Amino acid sequence: MAENYRQMWSNLGLDLNTHDALLDTLGHVYQDIYLSQQDRPETMKYFDFVMSEVHGLRVKELLDAKAEGRKVIGSYCVFVPEELILAVDGVSVGLCAGADFGAEEVEKLLPRNTCALIKSAFGFKLSRVCPYVEACDMVVGENTCDGKKKAYEILGEIMRRFYVIDLPQTKSDAGRALLKTEYRNFMHALEELSGKSISRESLIHGIQIVNRKRQAVHDLSRLRDADPAPISGLDALLVNQVFFYDDPIRFTQSVNKICEELQIRVAQRSGVFPKGTKRILMSGCPMAVPNWKLPSIIENAGAVIVGEESCIGERGARGLTSETGSTVDSLLDNIVDRYFQIDCAVFTPNRSRLEHIKEMAEKYKADGVIHYSLQFCQPYQIESGVVESVLEKEGIPVLRIETDYSQEDIGQLRTRVEAFIESLSA
Amino acid sequence: MKSAGIDIGSRTIKLALIEDGEVTLTRKLENSFDTLKVCAEILLDISYDSITATGYGRHLFRENFQGEVISEITAFAKGSIFLIPSCRTILDIGGQDVKVISLHSNGKVRKFEMNDKCSAGTGRFLEIMAMALGTRLSDFGEMALSAEQNEKINSMCTVFAESEVISLLARGAPRRNVALGIHQAIVNRAKSMLHRVGIADDVVFAGGVALNPCIRSLLETAICRRAIVPDDPQTIGALGCALAGTHRGEKEDLS
Repeated sequence: MAENYRQMWSNLGLDLNTHDALLDTLGHVYQDIYLSQQDRPETMKYFDFVMSEVHGLRVKELLDAKAEGRKVIGSYCVFVPEELILAVDGVSVGLCAGADFGAEEVEKLLPRNTCALIKSAFGFKLSRVCPYVEACDMVVGENTCDGKKKAYEILGEIMRRFYVIDLPQTKSDAGRALLKTEYRNFMHALEELSGKSISRESLIHGIQIVNRKRQAVHDLSRLRDADPAPISGLDALLVNQVFFYDDPIRFTQSVNKICEELQIRVAQRSGVFPKGTKRILMSGCPMAVPNWKLPSIIENAGAVIVGEESCIGERGARGLTSETGSTVDSLLDNIVDRYFQIDCAVFTPNRSRLEHIKEMAEKYKADGVIHYSLQFCQPYQIESGVVESVLEKEGIPVLRIETDYSQEDIGQLRTRVEAFIESLSA
Repeated sequence: MKSAGIDIGSRTIKLALIEDGEVTLTRKLENSFDTLKVCAEILLDISYDSITATGYGRHLFRENFQGEVISEITAFAKGSIFLIPSCRTILDIGGQDVKVISLHSNGKVRKFEMNDKCSAGTGRFLEIMAMALGTRLSDFGEMALSAEQNEKINSMCTVFAESEVISLLARGAPRRNVALGIHQAIVNRAKSMLHRVGIADDVVFAGGVALNPCIRSLLETAICRRAIVPDDPQTIGALGCALAGTHRGEKEDLS
């Protein structure tokens, strides 16, 4: 694909040599981790195509949309409502932050002991290797953890146009009011950027598109309760990752096609791993593209991942936004109601997350839970101890993993994961 | 049926052979940069029906010698419960890692902890500190036992602790007191890992570091209970592998 897009990348200001190296690595990693899997659903081919064109066709689509006067909005978090972006006919892209890049440049701006996700967001920008971030008309940060909110102060200076949404820390009335104010302000910022005002109709339209997209991944999740599992955790994770940057309507259709295929598999009792394979629920920090390290270790150790309690997974996609409302304001209330339910570990207290993990473990018949924290991510690291003790009281085995995007701990992780899976089987 | 177990550790490769339920052989060889060569050497005159590997080199072994693999956790659990059926907690301090395993009464792994990707508190740590104090690893424990008092070592990082040792010596601290401080530091770290999984009797202490008399005695004081050191504490993992092979063989016979 490279040759056809070089001019486009060059126009976006990418560092072509470094970018070539990135795509080359990504290609190999994808081959090793994804294409080497057995018995994948046929319908995953669409996602293979998306990945092979990850910096090509989709970026071209964004540029075409810009040429039509539409705005491209980048974001890093599930708290940025795509409904509002679609209501001004904008394009929403989740900016991935799942690989180490440009550490030397990043560490000029951030302490070394910053979480890998934040460093990665900086790395992609500073190394000029992400066509998405360069194509954005506005990039939106959100005040979730302390690491992100302080880092956004610095990132905001580097970006062409940066907007920060403040977020509450508690699920209180005051917290909800803050979220609504922030979303209303964001709505106005989008209207100003696009020169289009949001109407009841355009907002309902946006809500409907996003609801359908979420409904599709809900349907996909539900099919994963079958034994044998009809789809690998790696493939399901990929779907959840592509969720953030593909065209939402085409994405929805593609996921629905996967669901149709999986329904047949479930009816025929066929799957990607033999019946009785140990089933793992992943819980914890988000795994952005191309962070496939731990899932690949787990599934290569002979277990199957049946759910992701993560922002890139069920925590992020849970719940739909009500489509009924007579005014923009009441629809905005619906949006706030939905997003306010997200149980990110930055909230205190955050009990609903514990309930959701238990519920998911039961629903997907997990034999054990692997809790994944990024190093230096205090909210999830601290919460992991609580998760462990609550689940163990329920008789659900837990393995806590702390890691980052480096490859050097793969040996140690493999030992831990294999031992955990063996302990589930014994 | 002859079942072999091989534990490919960072410092030592261990082999155990079980024939009709009896341990018929155990042996150890120092590992080198060429792990596969040492594996071939240790297996040179051995015949077996099945072989099971563990240790950090287990996957490499399987790629070259076939056989099965199990994790060190499972291997140590099987080996310990075979030798000491009353075992409920295992501490294994090897060349490059520390493992704590808690067992159910039926011998199943209940919970485990491992150190992360650094050699803090491991055999390698002890080895480097012995070197810094100009003694041999085999004499290090005795040296520490002869101390009148403990010089506290604060850092668990091998590199930082080494410079701490050097500055303590420069201040005139007796070598044996510094040696005791180093041993205490390792025990403190092991103790906190033991508490994280929960300690239940009996405690088995395995791995190369269990050969060190000072660590053993400090550990018993720290956890206020006896720590049983098997006769050949380094071969528990290899033994566990050989047992896993035996169990697999029995299952296959049944089916």
